[in-house]
Amino acid sequence: MSLHSTGWREVSRTAPMFAALGDETRLALVARLSSEGPLSITRLTAGSPVTRQAITKHLKVLATAGLVSDVRRGRERIWELEPEQMEAARAYLQHVSKRWDEALGRLKQFVED
Amino acid sequence: MKLHNATDRIEKEIVLRAPQARVWRALANAEEFGAWFGMKLEGDFAPGGSVHGQITLPDHGQVTIEIAIERMDPETRMSYRWHPYAVESGVDYSSEPTTLVEFQLEEVAEGTRLRVVESGFDRIPAARRAEALRMNDAGWAEQLENIARHVAS
Repeated sequence: MSLHSTGWREVSRTAPMFAALGDETRLALVARLSSEGPLSITRLTAGSPVTRQAITKHLKVLATAGLVSDVRRGRERIWELEPEQMEAARAYLQHVSKRWDEALGRLKQFVED
Repeated sequence: MKLHNATDRIEKEIVLRAPQARVWRALANAEEFGAWFGMKLEGDFAPGGSVHGQITLPDHGQVTIEIAIERMDPETRMSYRWHPYAVESGVDYSSEPTTLVEFQLEEVAEGTRLRVVESGFDRIPAARRAEALRMNDAGWAEQLENIARHVAS
């Protein structure tokens, strides 16, 4: 069945994404874009000990992994999350979560019988 | 961090119509735990000790599971560490980070409220998560095949 091959495509699609998230600065950038919405490079750099150049470099890594994208607005670049990709990151937890639901359903039957 | 929390832990809560002592036994007794979880476990659960077992659920191969018990407070709290989705036979997971599973029991009018928290997913290697996603898809393919068989018969 073709769903198996879909699974393998999923692997190649998500592996670079988790690698991109395996860095504290980048994870913090994603967290900020997640809670505050689209932000300019100036806003993302403000209050950060990391230089603007370094932040830009990190954002490009995230963009390559398909997690963020940027648009030019006037003289600024605005960065935002690509929600579809973030959704894929949550799919893993949903999978584990479903397994717990099944296990707890069996526990319920086990102790209530 | 918001995102960190969103991807790092799973929380479940269920009310079981059974006395707290009964629910505790189903968790703390390795044989009973295995019976409902779908594992054949060897040995007893004890804080600081490890119990090995085999998954007995139908859609799993020959997979060895290790449960490292951290804490057991009779009838109220139990926690252990394991490798989530260590489901690929022949793979040595021992050097990979574990997740922490915590059970909390509380007496309520209807019986016992059980809370389960599994945390530490953010430290699980990317490849392992991707593998779980692949397994999930495979699981769905299997389900669809079952349905197809069912409606065809």
